[in-house]
Amino acid sequence: MLELLGISPQALFGQLLIGLINGSFYALLSLGLAVIFGMLNIINFTHGAQYMLGAFAAYFLLQYAGLGYWWALVLAPVLVGITGVIIERLFLQWLYKLDHLYGLLLTFGLALIIEGTFRNFFGSSGLPYSVPSQLTGGQNLGFMFLPNYRGWVVVFSLVVCLTTWFVIERPTLVRAFGINVPRMITLTYGFGVALAALAGVMAAPIYSVSPQMGSNLIIVVFAVVVIGGMGSIMGAIVTGFGLGVIEGLTKVFFPEASNTVIFIVMAIVLLIRPAGLFGRTT
Amino acid sequence: MQRVAEQNAPPRLHSQSEMVAFAVMAAVLVIAPFVAYPMFLMKALCFALFACAFNLLIGYGGLLSFGHALFFGWASYAAAHLSKVGAISLPYPALLPKLSWHWLVIPLSPLPPELAILGGTVFAAILGLIVGALAIRRQGIYFAMITLALAQMMFFFAVQAPFTHGEDGIQAVPRGRLFGLVDLADSTNINMYMTVLVIFLGCFLLIYRIINSPFGEVLKAIRENEPRAISLGYKTDRYKLVAFVLSATFAGVAGATKALVFQLASLTDVDWPMSGEVVLMTLVGGLGTLFGPVAGAFFVVSLENYLATRIGQWVLVVQGLIFVLCVLVLRRGIIGELARLLRIKL
Repeated sequence: MLELLGISPQALFGQLLIGLINGSFYALLSLGLAVIFGMLNIINFTHGAQYMLGAFAAYFLLQYAGLGYWWALVLAPVLVGITGVIIERLFLQWLYKLDHLYGLLLTFGLALIIEGTFRNFFGSSGLPYSVPSQLTGGQNLGFMFLPNYRGWVVVFSLVVCLTTWFVIERPTLVRAFGINVPRMITLTYGFGVALAALAGVMAAPIYSVSPQMGSNLIIVVFAVVVIGGMGSIMGAIVTGFGLGVIEGLTKVFFPEASNTVIFIVMAIVLLIRPAGLFGRTT
Repeated sequence: MQRVAEQNAPPRLHSQSEMVAFAVMAAVLVIAPFVAYPMFLMKALCFALFACAFNLLIGYGGLLSFGHALFFGWASYAAAHLSKVGAISLPYPALLPKLSWHWLVIPLSPLPPELAILGGTVFAAILGLIVGALAIRRQGIYFAMITLALAQMMFFFAVQAPFTHGEDGIQAVPRGRLFGLVDLADSTNINMYMTVLVIFLGCFLLIYRIINSPFGEVLKAIRENEPRAISLGYKTDRYKLVAFVLSATFAGVAGATKALVFQLASLTDVDWPMSGEVVLMTLVGGLGTLFGPVAGAFFVVSLENYLATRIGQWVLVVQGLIFVLCVLVLRRGIIGELARLLRIKL
């Protein structure tokens, strides 16, 4: 059937894999956005910049401390998460009583500051970051070639997503007895930001590390969030992976629309189900 | 409720301070080109109109659009194309014998400037109707995200569409003769400047009229408390949609005019940083104030001109800092604070 359509299975499965990889990043980022929104009622526009910071943290750790990918996978989210905690204490905590829009505007401003600063020092061309030696090479699956690193990204981000879902949606944790609420808010922001940074580290070997790697991605992730609705954590994960796959398939069947397909899906969802696929209320 | 509001409302339609401020602004702008560079002033005026259009939506309707570059940029493309080429080619898909694009060509000769601007404006209004109808289905931050996403989609269309010439943009757009009489390509730029000024002041007054009309009052009611406006029997979605289309239309006038002024339509004007910039201008000047967007646009354009020659690379960072400062300590904006200090309406 594929031959009839003039599409080789290699191309199809290759694009499907790329779709799954992109979907991993969409899922991780929209998950972080949903976690932050659920607790702080703020849409974190800085999320893309923090994803970029994660990738740069990995790059710096390698260049200046000699710490490789596996260290970066642990340290970069922690470091960027700490900057998130500082941002929350310095800026965001003053906005909770105001209209949501101010949170959006402030985090947009922070994103400009971070991206602008990195652009000044690193220009707009990307810096290389190599795949860790344990994950070089790939598997021949018969119908396609699977690079080990890409398989790892899909599996690992799925594990991270499901763990987050398990921890957050478990009712015992929501029981607020003895929980210091302001500190909980700060830590939630730090955690959401750490998720973005983790995605950044994983993205570093696939895409090169560049200052504007986050700003275009975040807009797509916003569309993903509109499609899924931010009401449910699982919704964010499923929508993220699903849209990645849809985007990958579009690259095979109708490449002209591959950049725009997610936005078109968003428009259709808004027409049919304005609250989003998993949204409860608007 | 409406009847009560009518009885209690002061009978004046115009606040005196606003009339005086408008007269001062108009007088300054008429003299300005003899003291400052007309090109700089025209740029600031186009952005001032763009910011006023944006403010109509956020300041009076409480709707934050993060995709207004869509209307500004596409109106600019449409006006530039109509003025330079004229002929419109519309793609349509043909399924047989295989999926491919065909072109429906409407032969038009290059249009005079007034029709080019009108064409750009109408195009922006149509886009505003489509985007608005989708975006008003969600509220608050979702509204912002939807407009941003749809604007990004249209940005990709602008990258791919043949008539926009991708990275090059539509260059050397002729300014032409206004109504066949006034040569807009004069060497001193005064004719072009006065045209831009008339467009700006005309649209400013129209926006003022809209804000102070019964429609504007309902819009403000929706901004303050939408569930209450609904319970009073207003179809708030319709009001929001009309406000969105009006805002897109005025943004279109600004973009179309800018294309003729700079004789260029490029990707910069449809890209998301432009949407951010118009938010910044309005925020700096003062959300929901009449003159705030104008002051904000002049402030931001002057600042960028000043910085461009000195620390060009850091413009993005400076913009970000202003955003943060405005949100944390200057939420009323320059004009909002001024009005509060002088206890007048501006």
